[in-house]
Amino acid sequence: MRRTFVILAVVTLGLLTYALYEGMVAAPTEQTMGEVQRIFYYHVPSAITAFTLFLINFAVSIIYLARRNQKADALAVSTAEVGVVFCTVVLVTGPLWARPVWGIWWTWDARLTSTLLLWLIYISYLILRRYSTSGQTPVIAAVLAVFGFLDVPFVYLANRLFRTQHPQPVYFGGPGSGADPRMTYALLLNMAAFFCFAALVVWLRFRLERARQDFEETQALEALLQPDARSPR
Amino acid sequence: MSLGEITRVSLAKDLRLEWRSKDAINSMLFFALLVVVIFSFSFDPTAEESRHIAGGIVWVAFLFAAVVALNQTWARELRNQVLDAYRVSPAPANALFISKAVGNFIFVAVLEALMAPLFMVFYNLRSIGPAYQLVVVAVLATWALVANGTFFAAMSIRTRSREVMLPLILFPISIPALLAMVSATTAILTGEGAYRFWVVLLVVYDVVFTTVCLLLFETVLHAE
Amino acid sequence: MSFSSAAANSPTTNSSQPTSAAVTLSHVSKIFGRFAALRDVSAEFAAGKLHAILGDNGAGKTTLLRAMVGLSQPTRGTISLLGNADLRAATAEIGYMAHPTLLYEEMSGMENLRYFAALYGIRDHQPCERAISAVGLDPALTRRVGQYSQGMRQRLSLARALVHDPKILFLDEPFSNVDVVSAREMVHVLAQMRDLGKTIFIVTHQAALLEGVADEFVCMAAGQISARARELPSSLERGAPPARTTL
Repeated sequence: MRRTFVILAVVTLGLLTYALYEGMVAAPTEQTMGEVQRIFYYHVPSAITAFTLFLINFAVSIIYLARRNQKADALAVSTAEVGVVFCTVVLVTGPLWARPVWGIWWTWDARLTSTLLLWLIYISYLILRRYSTSGQTPVIAAVLAVFGFLDVPFVYLANRLFRTQHPQPVYFGGPGSGADPRMTYALLLNMAAFFCFAALVVWLRFRLERARQDFEETQALEALLQPDARSPR
Repeated sequence: MSLGEITRVSLAKDLRLEWRSKDAINSMLFFALLVVVIFSFSFDPTAEESRHIAGGIVWVAFLFAAVVALNQTWARELRNQVLDAYRVSPAPANALFISKAVGNFIFVAVLEALMAPLFMVFYNLRSIGPAYQLVVVAVLATWALVANGTFFAAMSIRTRSREVMLPLILFPISIPALLAMVSATTAILTGEGAYRFWVVLLVVYDVVFTTVCLLLFETVLHAE
Repeated sequence: MSFSSAAANSPTTNSSQPTSAAVTLSHVSKIFGRFAALRDVSAEFAAGKLHAILGDNGAGKTTLLRAMVGLSQPTRGTISLLGNADLRAATAEIGYMAHPTLLYEEMSGMENLRYFAALYGIRDHQPCERAISAVGLDPALTRRVGQYSQGMRQRLSLARALVHDPKILFLDEPFSNVDVVSAREMVHVLAQMRDLGKTIFIVTHQAALLEGVADEFVCMAAGQISARARELPSSLERGAPPARTTL
């Protein structure tokens, strides 16, 4: 396990460096938007990574509710935390990109709103985990995760009708889409790099959570063998 | 006894107790009135503009009043650990959920029935679209808030800062429903916009989330 | 853990009843963080008997009761009630009473009982009246439970536990804050229930009240059952913990 981790870490580092170069230097400058467009190489992969992590969180929460498997819960909290971080990146890079290009910091279009909402939902999930006083925190959190994720399609649908100001996606749908192949290359590279990075961090967080769970179990076992000091002998 | 009978008995009990003490309804009524007045001070539009923003203002006001009601949902049961009596009985957990949700629905509906005329007065509102459509939206929207709200109130029972935790987890998830109810109301008031789409969205939202609530309530009730 | 009492085959008042186990615990542990409230408890409790559970605060009595009733999931081990490993299946046969009253303050005694009886599928008012009368209260009393004295509340809570005629009763400190006369009446009622074939578990600090009535005394200390006896050991009458026998 340890070796795999190191290999992954090295690969990630390499990919990130290479992807940085490709995105910031090698890829051609966009015609209309200029250099600012390069944020795209961070904005889009972060979004896809965040969404994937939340999807994993949803799946793992359901598994936890069905099986009460500790590993599932550890993975749930890990993906939620890392997902929130990537989601924050999307929400920060979005306005940074939008302002110079379209003159506005924010707009309530389908995708941005969905992202903001995902962020809100998973922050509330993390807060619930922290503020819960019962021994069954993982159960309650898993229930909230199910609600939260099921909410996302509604957000998307609701917003698609409401407003549409996001630029026509360069890669998905719409006529006249498509781009310089070097841009595609840079994008895919960054996506791979971000995925590896996310996997790395989630793995670390997962190990941390498992260590905490093991520690609790050990404490519990010790408590079983030796009575608490305050109990009468 | 079947689920239906236990639900009916529980609901009757809650309504009777509420009628006797008028605990929740009094504070909610006054709070609702305050909200209407404050919003009317803060947003003082012309009659023409008001039609466009009234939907948003009204539903935000109802949302805050509903949260006051929802926070009271389990107050009586928590006082003497009555929920333990429920947990050790063979009664289905969903009977408890449905009775509480319907009870909350009635309370919030009463609130809305009282606040709405006030808003119409303060904003000189007259609807361009048919008024019965407003009732349809109100029913669907209120259920959306109340079903999830009752469920989340049960989830927040074992958390610190219980009264803050409920809106904290309820609001993000209710946002699509909120958008739908506001848009539908505005569409009716102004006579423009895709009223039907929003109603369909609300119906689907209600169906999906009520189902999830019914599937998961037993888990939440029995979580220690 | 061993039995320090004589064999359980001694004749009792219910000699005609088969002493099958009402409740069986197998290696049950309950851990809260760093504190083990129950530590590897294994026991069988015979049906049709009144078992008194004694011990100091923190010994695990309440935790044991809550685990048997299904309110608390054991961290380890299994519990079976009336042969059912799934405790949810036996809920109709269980009556539970705890230190909080589990009653609505805003309703009268009869209203409370009518409601809780409904949860068990009972539609008539007669079982409710019977239960309330059995504990020595007046069914016609319209006063709200919030205005009852503590003794009356405890008695009504017992009535609530009895209303659906359960096979097993689990009572946690039923006599606390109750005057001596009421307490003796409650003991009398419980003895009658036991004679009718019910199994009764009573957690109490007032062991003396159950002397001569309980079929066995179960002593707990530090999350384990330290002793089981048919007679109340004299050391217990003073409320002191028993000497530890082999575990």
